[in-house]
Amino acid sequence: MRRLLPHPLLSLTLAFLWLLLVNQLSAGHLVLGALLGWLIPFATSRFWPEQIRIRHPFTLLRYLVVFVIDIVRGSFHVARLILLGPARLRPMFVTVPLALKTDLAISLLANTISLTPGTVSARLSADKQTLIVHTLDTDDADALVAEIKQRYEAPLKRIFEEGHE
Amino acid sequence: MLDILLSILILTGAIFTFIGSLGLARLRDFYTRLHGPTKATTLGVGCLLIASAVFFSVRDEGVSLHEVLVTLFLFITAPVSAHLLAKAALHLKLKSLAPTPLPDSDTPSNSSD
Repeated sequence: MRRLLPHPLLSLTLAFLWLLLVNQLSAGHLVLGALLGWLIPFATSRFWPEQIRIRHPFTLLRYLVVFVIDIVRGSFHVARLILLGPARLRPMFVTVPLALKTDLAISLLANTISLTPGTVSARLSADKQTLIVHTLDTDDADALVAEIKQRYEAPLKRIFEEGHE
Repeated sequence: MLDILLSILILTGAIFTFIGSLGLARLRDFYTRLHGPTKATTLGVGCLLIASAVFFSVRDEGVSLHEVLVTLFLFITAPVSAHLLAKAALHLKLKSLAPTPLPDSDTPSNSSD
């Protein structure tokens, strides 16, 4: 089972993506989607050494809602900063110590940071212990780090890494 | 009614995309410029895509879900390119308004990850 279907979740996602791509729901495309969903993870399984498990689907949902709200909030914030003029900005590099261990969770965290208000992830240290984040306008680096850890990192850890070690 | 809603969405999208581009021109160093296109544009393109999805779902029968895919791919690729640009900029030690972190403080083989 594990060898034949190495990544059930990925297979499901790929099949769903295929249906979105063709933009129609028919028996033929369902079968084709299922076939692709099986074949692609199977052929690329060496890129995915670990099986992805989602431990708390509801936490994931809540995470997505927070994420969308933050994108909207952040866009208004950044738009205001740009319009008010660059002279008032207080850009800063902050270092976020990571509690996450798995590559997937770390990349999701970095992506989230880059997509949300006034922050871009700039560099992950080689030992995957810290993430350097550039922020557009802040006066309190510690508060920002605390917010990132509590708002994004904690739920990601719960979703992907609970009972991981 | 629907026309008004769509117009509002498209206008909002256009305004945010414009502000994002304006950021590119107005901000002063490479790192702050990165923020314009990755942030404001996210919401801008989001609004345009919602408008597109609603319009095509109403005009043709069946829901149009291609826009969901565009959003998904955009959300996967935009932050990755922003991250790589920022990382490359740190590597090249570009002029920055903010004090930059210690260059390659971790290990000399930093370029490997």
